[in-house]
Parts: sequence; structure tokens; C-alpha cells
Amino acid sequence: MKVPAPLVRLWHRLGSPRWFFETTAPWLPWLLGFGVVLLGAGAFWGLALAPADYLQGNSFRIIYVHVPAAILAQSCYMLMGTCGVVLLVWRMKLADMVLEAAAPIGASFTALALVTGAVWGKPTWGTWWAWDARVTSMLILLFLYLGIIGLRQALARPEAAGRACAILAIVGLVNIPIIKYSVDWWLTLHQPSTFKLTEKPAMPPSMWIPLLLSVLGFYALFIWSVLQSTRVVVLERERRTAWVQNFAAEQGSKA
Amino acid sequence: MHPKRKQRLTLVAFLFAGVAVAVGLALFALNENINLFYPPDQIARGEAPVDQRIRAGGMVLEGSVQRDPGSLAVRFTLSDMAGHDVPVVYEGILPDLFGEGQGIVATGRLRANGTFEASEVLAKHDENYMPPELAELAGRKAPEGQRAGLATLDAGG
Repeated sequence: MKVPAPLVRLWHRLGSPRWFFETTAPWLPWLLGFGVVLLGAGAFWGLALAPADYLQGNSFRIIYVHVPAAILAQSCYMLMGTCGVVLLVWRMKLADMVLEAAAPIGASFTALALVTGAVWGKPTWGTWWAWDARVTSMLILLFLYLGIIGLRQALARPEAAGRACAILAIVGLVNIPIIKYSVDWWLTLHQPSTFKLTEKPAMPPSMWIPLLLSVLGFYALFIWSVLQSTRVVVLERERRTAWVQNFAAEQGSKA
Repeated sequence: MHPKRKQRLTLVAFLFAGVAVAVGLALFALNENINLFYPPDQIARGEAPVDQRIRAGGMVLEGSVQRDPGSLAVRFTLSDMAGHDVPVVYEGILPDLFGEGQGIVATGRLRANGTFEASEVLAKHDENYMPPELAELAGRKAPEGQRAGLATLDAGG
């Protein structure tokens, strides 16, 4: 199998945290701008303009936070699992940095999905919590995130900590299809997926377009925060290199 | 690919496949226990334990809800809409989304006479979200409590 040359070049460049730091700098304001605009539009449309549900009334509107948070919680974990493979196989420093930076962000999205789910569950299901397959597998995802964060803190040698986290991240990937298909494989209190890849969503466009905007806004803000957070890790770990010290001196003289 | 990397990639692949198989087998063995509730056909076939705390889930059969005028007691039929029915008795507050033709999950005990005595009733909704006007066209109606809520909402603007 022949990999196209530009991809190979990109792959080699990703080996340099400095290249990453300098390349991503101009992306940040764009991502933040897109994120705020999309999420703002999605939230306003979803909360003020979209019709209420015939059954749930206004409480259904929590979908505009709950579904994006849950999607991002899983996307972030897949990113971390991929970084784990890249770190273990190619020993790429940047993969470990992303793995460290993304964990708290993914944990936050998972917690947000669980909390908004509970707030939604109380008026609709009649309970804050149900130990069904979807809710429980999502709770396991939160514990995986917390485990990865804790593991890194617990091991003194950064290299060993990185590899241990990578292994845990890869092992935890098994949970992702379980979360996704839990509502199809087992009888659950949670309803089936809102967005499916192969079918149209079971709601009118006035309800799903704002949801889509909100999901895209969450993605933009997620990428923005992972990049920001990774850049901080890059500076911290590469602090002894000349380019970081030059960068710091430059920033210092600007201030 | 560098032979060393190839070797590491194989190792990672085996690690993942091993974990996936182990988890898969465990879930397969636990299959029945991961289900949150017993569907009506399993209860009708006698697969659900009697006099133990279990959950039963299904649809509330149209026209089966009987409320006691003097108390919170209610009886209704839990159905899978495929001919399997379980009579349910319950005393307490029902969730807002409870209604005929709606999905529910009830916690309680199955008695030897086939009646399910519920101590908690939860509403299960589906992923079909609809504005009230569309729902009316589709012939789906909200339960009484919820409809009243929507009416005041409309009146309020």
C-alpha cells in the first residue's frame, strides 16, 4: 500500500511539537469564532424558535446540549484512543501531549452529558437516574477518563505514564461501540439514537437543524480547546528548548 | 513500515482484539441481565421470577387505564402490542408522560396470579420528537396532564 507523499510529509511534521505549535496558532481565533457563532445560533434557534415537543413540551429542549455533549464525549475518547495507538507504535511525542490535554476536556463533556441527561430524565422518565445499559456505559466512560487522568498523575516517570495512559485509552475504546449500540442490543429506558448515519432524524427540520448547528459548534469549540490545551502542554514539556525560551522572551517583551 | 513498528502495531492490535473478545464474551454471558426490564412476552411465558423485585416494560394498552376516583390507585394493561398483556396495579404518582399508548417501565413484583404490583412507574419516550401541530396530524396525542401544560404554554405566547 502506497501512502500519498503529502500525507507522509504531514506525518513527519507532526513529529515536531514546534511545528504543531506554530502551525495551529492562526487557526485558534477562527475555530473560536465559528464555535461561538454556530453554538450561539443553535442555542437561540433551539431554545427560542424551535417548536416544543408534543409530548415533552419544553423539557425536550435540553436535547440541544445533551446530544452534542454526548457525541463529543465519545469523539474525544476516539481521538485519545487513536493517540494511544500512535504513541505506542510510532512513539510520537505529540500524541502523548494530545492524550494528556484531551482527557480533562472529554471528562467534562461526559459529565455534562450525564448531568443534562439526569435533568432531562426527571421530568420525562420520572427519575434522575436509571441503571440501564446506555446510562451505565456512559458512566463507565467517565470513569475511564478519570482513570486516565489519575494514572498520569500517579506515575512519576512521564514516559511510563504516557504509555500506561495510552494502553488504558486503547483498552477503553471497547466501550465506545457498547455506548453506541446499547440502546439497540438491550432493553433500556433511554430512547434510541437521535442522529443515525443512514437515516433521516425522526423530527422535523425546525428541530434538527438547530441541533446540527449546536453539534458543529460543540465540535469547533472542542477542537479549539484541545489545541489550546495541547499548546500549553507543548510549552511545558519543551520548556528547555531554545525555541520555547525565545518564544517566552518574545512574549515577555511584548507584555 | 519499519519492522519494529510493525511488531508494535501487531501487539497493540492483539491487545485490543483480546480485550474486545473478553468484553464481548462477558456481555454475551450477561445478556439477559443487562436488559433493564422484562418485556410482556417474557412475563407471559413465565420467564420472569415471581415475588421478586423486577422491572417490567412495555406499552400502556389503549383504553386499559382505570383510575380509582377516591385514591391514587390505578390499574392498566402492559402490552407489547403483539398479543402479550400483563395487568398492572399501582398506587402513587405517575410521571407526566404516562398515558395510553405510551411506553413505561415499572418496578415491582409479579404475583402468582399474573398481576404485576408496581411500586414505581417510569415513562419511556422514543426518539420521535414532534411539534404539537404535526403530532395532531399524525394522530398522536399527548397524555392529559402534558396536553394541559402545552395549552397554557400556547396561551402564554
